[in-house]
Amino acid sequence: MANKTSESFEFAKKKNKEEMKHHLITFASMIVFTLIAFGMVIGDFHRLFTIPVIILMAVVQVAFQLYYFMHMSHKGHGLPALMLYSGVGVAFLTILAMQTIVWW
Amino acid sequence: MSTATAQKQGFGATLWDYLTTVDHKKIAILYLVSGGIFFLAGGLEALLIRIQLMVPDNNFVSSGMYNQLITMHGTTMIFLAAMPFIFALMNIAVPLQIGARDVAFPFLNSLGFWLFFFGGVLLNLSWFTGAPDAGWTAYAPLSTTSPGHGMDFYVLGLQISGAGTLIGGINFLVTIINMRAPGMTYMRMPLFTWTALVTSVLILFAFPALTVGLFLMMFDRLFGAGFFDPTMGGNHVIWEHLFWIFGHPEVYILVLPIFGLFSDIISTFSKKRLFGYSAMVFATVLIGFLGFMVWAHHMFTTGLGPIANSIFAIATMAIAVPTGIKIFNWLFTMWGGVIRMTAAMLWTVAFIPSFTLGGFTGVMLAAAAADFQYHDTYFVVAHFHYVIVGGVVFGVFAGLHYWWPKMFGKILDEKLGKLAFWPFFIGFHLTFFIQHFLGLMGMPRRYWVFHSGDGLDLGNLISTIGAFFMTLGTLIFLYNVIITSIKGEKASADPWDARTLEWSIPSPPPFYNFKQTPLVRGLDPLWVEKRQGNGKMTPAEPLGDIHMPNNSFIPFMISLGSFVMGYGLIYQVDDSRWLFVAIAGLLITLGSMFVRSVKDDLGYHIHKEDLEEKGAGSE
Repeated sequence: MANKTSESFEFAKKKNKEEMKHHLITFASMIVFTLIAFGMVIGDFHRLFTIPVIILMAVVQVAFQLYYFMHMSHKGHGLPALMLYSGVGVAFLTILAMQTIVWW
Repeated sequence: MSTATAQKQGFGATLWDYLTTVDHKKIAILYLVSGGIFFLAGGLEALLIRIQLMVPDNNFVSSGMYNQLITMHGTTMIFLAAMPFIFALMNIAVPLQIGARDVAFPFLNSLGFWLFFFGGVLLNLSWFTGAPDAGWTAYAPLSTTSPGHGMDFYVLGLQISGAGTLIGGINFLVTIINMRAPGMTYMRMPLFTWTALVTSVLILFAFPALTVGLFLMMFDRLFGAGFFDPTMGGNHVIWEHLFWIFGHPEVYILVLPIFGLFSDIISTFSKKRLFGYSAMVFATVLIGFLGFMVWAHHMFTTGLGPIANSIFAIATMAIAVPTGIKIFNWLFTMWGGVIRMTAAMLWTVAFIPSFTLGGFTGVMLAAAAADFQYHDTYFVVAHFHYVIVGGVVFGVFAGLHYWWPKMFGKILDEKLGKLAFWPFFIGFHLTFFIQHFLGLMGMPRRYWVFHSGDGLDLGNLISTIGAFFMTLGTLIFLYNVIITSIKGEKASADPWDARTLEWSIPSPPPFYNFKQTPLVRGLDPLWVEKRQGNGKMTPAEPLGDIHMPNNSFIPFMISLGSFVMGYGLIYQVDDSRWLFVAIAGLLITLGSMFVRSVKDDLGYHIHKEDLEEKGAGSE
């Protein structure tokens, strides 16, 4: 990040500021998610409601982690993203099969 | 052998060189030699099976021995022969085809090989005390309740060699994505490199399922767990799923690189650009994608229910489409080309109808309702031998003839090559074609004896005669290898008038491959230069120092440690003192890893001045 001109320096500064904002927002929302998850379990909601919501929040948190903290939102992450999603697909298919067509 | 300083070395020095090498070209030779030895072992097992089934009511081997033979034949051929052959070809060709000086992680490349090797040795040591006997698929509960230590050797041996394969796959993935020469875009990669890429992805996603399955089985057999035991709340169908989630992609892992090398060979020996290059790439990726959602077609009779069976049947039949695209593209590449029938091309041309026959029976087997009739009969045996022998083994022979000059600097004798082809080809069809009908007549798979009144005599006799023809073909090929290494003439850099980058450097290449990284100007880069340039690759960089990795003995030690640990784990069931052996093995492995972690190994540089002196380079 060698900023030769003040213009590009300003641009980088603005970009970093923007990124910092994103970090803070996602960090805050992750804390909120965790509070909600705990709250739902303490509040003794119905299981069929609690479990899907917690799983949904977990998925969102993983996405936050990957895209904002591990910089997958930046350019040049096409292949890692492709590989990640393929892996998720294979794992999902496996779990789906184990859940549905393994008889006892 | 492939170093620039090719002086006569003593045997000890050569051995040490190979034990410590991190050079992809030498690792290719290691994979080839060890795969070849295991191939001969698996072939011997096949021959014994066929002798047992030569005549009715035969008593050549006992029933228990027969079970060990079929199990070890399948396991050896898939994991210890076909896989290393694939890795041998990938190691020799992929870095050269993309204009790289080595793979991305040379140390890991060596580690992958040694893990595979020690896993294979562990598995085969079981012959002294009783080999695995539950079939290569090792279905629970047969495998979990099999007495003796045979299946323990299967579990630990495959676990260790599987780790090596996984490491190798990741290595090639990174190599192909990151180490391509300037101008070598994805859509300019030779088809072999493309298929190696897709195969590496399949390895990355498929092998963990095997690892998990083997771990569960290890805990069931060695530590009293009950993952596959219904009386303890387990379920043996889980093993079937895990095994085939790995096992089906595995057959594409084996055959895709072969498709790729056939594409390269056909285009080279037809003197034509590959017909429908982008369609071929698309078909490769599609086969890889679909390969992951068809595993349950091995389990139609397990009782998954009609809906699951239908879904998997349709997905399976869908694979015939990209495969058909490939078959037609190969035919259209040859159409109107200047075809040279070299030994490599002969194997390739024979592959097309042979493999297609296996594809047809594949579609037949994919029809779930019909599969209830075919399941576990010789029809299935015939089918998968048609695709694996007619595909992979033909492909390996073709690939060896094609790349032998690049590996060893000598051309395999063409006459002997063709002489080896004919008995193998005829024997192959004799052995396996008749097995379709044996299966339809009701001969079950894995049968130890059939009886004289069963009407299976003639078919089995023909099949056995075919097996002897295949043996003859293999022996002629071996003779060819020996004769060529003694008398063969030195090969030029480009003996086939070929099209891709590996033929732009001397045979065998100097250990740094490319003196200057070449600039790639199109698909089939060398051919582009032959038609539009001066026939030589243009360097993409000025001559400079080349950074090379140091040789290392650590991969051997890490693998040796896991081998010792595996042995200890197998026998600690009998006597807990064997646990000390297991721990000793673990310490060897961890200690070697520790040394690797704390010791700086920065490699060395070949200096520009030395390169200028030698004169050999990217020409």
